[in-house]
Amino acid sequence: MALFLVIPFIALIWRAATLEGALALNQLPIISAVTLSLGTTAIAVVLMVILGTPLAYILSRHRFPLQRLITVFVELPIVMPPVVAGLALLSAFGRRGLVGIPLAHLNITIPFTLAAVVLAQLFVASPFYIRAAQSRFDSLPREYEDAAAVDGASRWAIFWRVMLPQSARALLTGLIVGWARALGEFGATMLFAGNLQGRTQTMPLLVYGALEQDLRVTFVTALILLALAVLAFTLTRWLAGISPPDGDTPTFLG
Amino acid sequence: MKAKWVFCLFLVWGLIGCRAGPSGDAASDAPAGGRRRTELTVFAAASLTDAFNELAATFAAQNPGVQVVFNFAGSSQLAAQLREGVPADLFASANTTQMQAVIEAGRVAAGTDVLFVSNRLTVIVPADNPANIHALTDLAQPGVQLILAVAGVPVRAYTDEIVATMPAEFQQRFYANLVSEEDNVRQVAAKIALGEADAGIVYTSDVTPDLARRVQQIPIPAAQNVIAAYPIAPLADAPHPELAQRFLDFILSPAAQAVLARWGFAPPPANENP
Repeated sequence: MALFLVIPFIALIWRAATLEGALALNQLPIISAVTLSLGTTAIAVVLMVILGTPLAYILSRHRFPLQRLITVFVELPIVMPPVVAGLALLSAFGRRGLVGIPLAHLNITIPFTLAAVVLAQLFVASPFYIRAAQSRFDSLPREYEDAAAVDGASRWAIFWRVMLPQSARALLTGLIVGWARALGEFGATMLFAGNLQGRTQTMPLLVYGALEQDLRVTFVTALILLALAVLAFTLTRWLAGISPPDGDTPTFLG
Repeated sequence: MKAKWVFCLFLVWGLIGCRAGPSGDAASDAPAGGRRRTELTVFAAASLTDAFNELAATFAAQNPGVQVVFNFAGSSQLAAQLREGVPADLFASANTTQMQAVIEAGRVAAGTDVLFVSNRLTVIVPADNPANIHALTDLAQPGVQLILAVAGVPVRAYTDEIVATMPAEFQQRFYANLVSEEDNVRQVAAKIALGEADAGIVYTSDVTPDLARRVQQIPIPAAQNVIAAYPIAPLADAPHPELAQRFLDFILSPAAQAVLARWGFAPPPANENP
């Protein structure tokens, strides 16, 4: 089994290394795909943190009707085939979609734009972040908040000064995992955002698209994606290894 | 510890399953007439999907024990797969360029390919024609969301050929309207049918009865249109060479040509080697 998992990587690297003229290839599509991928995932990650953190906090700290149902929908994209996610996004934000029709009246079209790329990434990646954040919030004893409240901290201050610092590492790990997932997003992007160099063609789309045109572009792009995945993995490992672990008693609460 | 054993058991079971797979396939290579079905693998341009599916049913009915298995995709994608050594019996391409690429890769013997059908291009728009397009020239209007197949796919090569005959200003504005490059012609048709873009360029044969209900055709005048010639050839290393030849002969038969005509294809430009 280990061999089965290892051999494809070795084969990929070997194949890329033995390609002729790898240096003389047309770099333009690669550069624009890398730029586009890094740019869109950066936006997706920022949105994921800004919108996902409060949701994770609310899901962790409050009890309200339909909470279980919302949790299911938050986590569904993790197990859902990305191409189905793309179809769902198209049904919602497409020009004939549920949200798309009202948007069209405002002269906003989402499919085949950068916004579609970001939405696809956000849709498939944010569950990873929200889940990480929520489970970290769940593990924090309520006493922290109670103590801070007794000391006169506002709810915002409790969240900002107590919960966040306590969860920074878990949030960062969730962010990196989410980012890696966003970077690899293919199925939903393909269906919902289309494929146009410099506009919506992210790295995974280029890997697929260049397969029939220039194998060197495919392999070089695949290697860049692999390197970024290794980087993400290393970062999460490093975060898990640095001390003190999240579970320790925070110093500032004495 | 127990979990470990259960896991190992699953692993062994998985491995046995994997072994059984290929041997099962090998058995299906047995000649027709045996208990098992012979699978003839045909790589065909996406535009041939409907016509070939119908023809395959007829062919299978005429040849008991034979099942035609298709891989429909953009011809460039199929050519890439064939160059990578994916096994197949026949390759039907939407242009000679992709067939040539496979010949150069040694998978098809030069001179064994035959033009079997031809096609023309058409502009399609969603049924309600949101961008109000009535001619090819309207595609260069500002704000039109245009979808084409990606470079390398035959329909795109034919499209570029048509556009190249237009004024430079049209060309520039036409390509500026491009919002997505799909990996085969049927994806272009599907996205227009969904109404996600304003216009696309496909083959006249792509406007199937089903699609015709959801899109409008804006014909490209014959003077500007190009003739797309489709070659078909058996693979040099076809697992079922005899059957492949039989399918090829069947495609060239009047009966099959009538089916192709019904799906919007025209006869080949000249029934000889390209």
